[in-house]
Amino acid sequence: MTATVEHLDRGALDKDAIAAMIARDIPDGSYVNLGIGQPTLVADHLAAGSGVVLHTENGMLGMGPAAVGDQVDPDLTNAGKIPVTELPGAAYFHHADSFAMMRGGHLDVCVLGAFQVSQHGDLANWHTGAADAIPAVGGAMDLAIGAKDVLVMMTLFAKDGTPKLVPSCTYPLTGVACVSRVYTDVALFDVGPSGVVVLETWGTSFDDLAARLDVELRRAGD
Amino acid sequence: MSRVTIHDDADAAVACVSDGSTILIGGFGMAGMPVTLIDALIRQGATDLTVVSNNAGNGDTGLAALLAAGRVRTMVCSFPRQKDSWVFDGLYRDQKIELEVVPQGNLAERMRAAGAGIGAFYCPTAVGTPLAEGKETRTIDGRDYVLELPIRGDVALIGAHRSDRMGNLVYRKTARNFGPVMATAASTTIAEVAEVVDTGTLDPESVVTPSIYVDHVLDLSAAKEAVA
Repeated sequence: MTATVEHLDRGALDKDAIAAMIARDIPDGSYVNLGIGQPTLVADHLAAGSGVVLHTENGMLGMGPAAVGDQVDPDLTNAGKIPVTELPGAAYFHHADSFAMMRGGHLDVCVLGAFQVSQHGDLANWHTGAADAIPAVGGAMDLAIGAKDVLVMMTLFAKDGTPKLVPSCTYPLTGVACVSRVYTDVALFDVGPSGVVVLETWGTSFDDLAARLDVELRRAGD
Repeated sequence: MSRVTIHDDADAAVACVSDGSTILIGGFGMAGMPVTLIDALIRQGATDLTVVSNNAGNGDTGLAALLAAGRVRTMVCSFPRQKDSWVFDGLYRDQKIELEVVPQGNLAERMRAAGAGIGAFYCPTAVGTPLAEGKETRTIDGRDYVLELPIRGDVALIGAHRSDRMGNLVYRKTARNFGPVMATAASTTIAEVAEVVDTGTLDPESVVTPSIYVDHVLDLSAAKEAVA
């Protein structure tokens, strides 16, 4: 992309539109883990024949859509404990193998939600740090450092308007410098060692974002 | 003479568990959770337990019932907080249970290490996060790693699909999850299975947990007949 594309003629993206954009960017034939919650929507937007193989950390490659009716089998669930189906070519394996796939660098892409992402790609998505919160990390830390490409799907601003793309995370970290791209409702960002590049915006401009965020933004191609 | 003991009585299968034990309990949510063995463990009465399991109980059955019975001092898990984890949540908020949160892959790999005789391993998971605080770190070929120690169990309670009479196990779909790893990491492994088949009828190529790791098998189909 040679310049930041500003879509000022339309509003912010809804979660399905964000999921569709992520699905568009996942290379055909990739092995992909979709995090619990909104990232699971990405599966609905993968093109037929893309050859993308979904990994679920509770021990399966080749995960199919959510199970309905007679398909529901208590022995076949995804990482969110939701009954799912298996596709031709599916494989089952135990938990140590499942996480070795991540840490060993075999998994191409994971898509995770986030509380905060820093300008250098640090991720915070497991714990708010609140005194009464019960910490629960699941597989997030393993995914964050294991997948070759870690994509984040989130709204850019919290409900109270606070930016979630920040100079450095104030919530406890999940992983350091692990996120490569952040898909939000109003903009698409690359993050990394050289900072934040705005690739595309929806219903807002580069200059508006630069005014609302505490991080230094660069235009694509600069 | 096979070393494994096949049981049709769940109470006999868990008779060996002592107070203060570390118990590895299989399952991811309810998939693969050995509910019949856990119910028997509650009747058996062992207490002051450390339980290692991915979650900290769902609803009011299985592991949640063991927690509710007040038998667990420490819970080691990756993901205690779920929408149906009210039993654990209450105990934790009342400070009646200790919690060690372990990233899910480290939970599996630390048990794998115990079962494989590995003294410790360096792992990139959790580097730079609160879960690495106080742990030794080391840079190898330019990448940072955290030293992780094995998790060994006195007893593993796991669910599998079938066993033969020697204790070779096969699993079903994602109910496999932690079972094969936990079976290797405990001094005594107790599996509950939907059915026990004759030795020689499982395809040796498809055995997931070889019998060497298995000590007791509860045959749920026989247990059902015994009750009926």
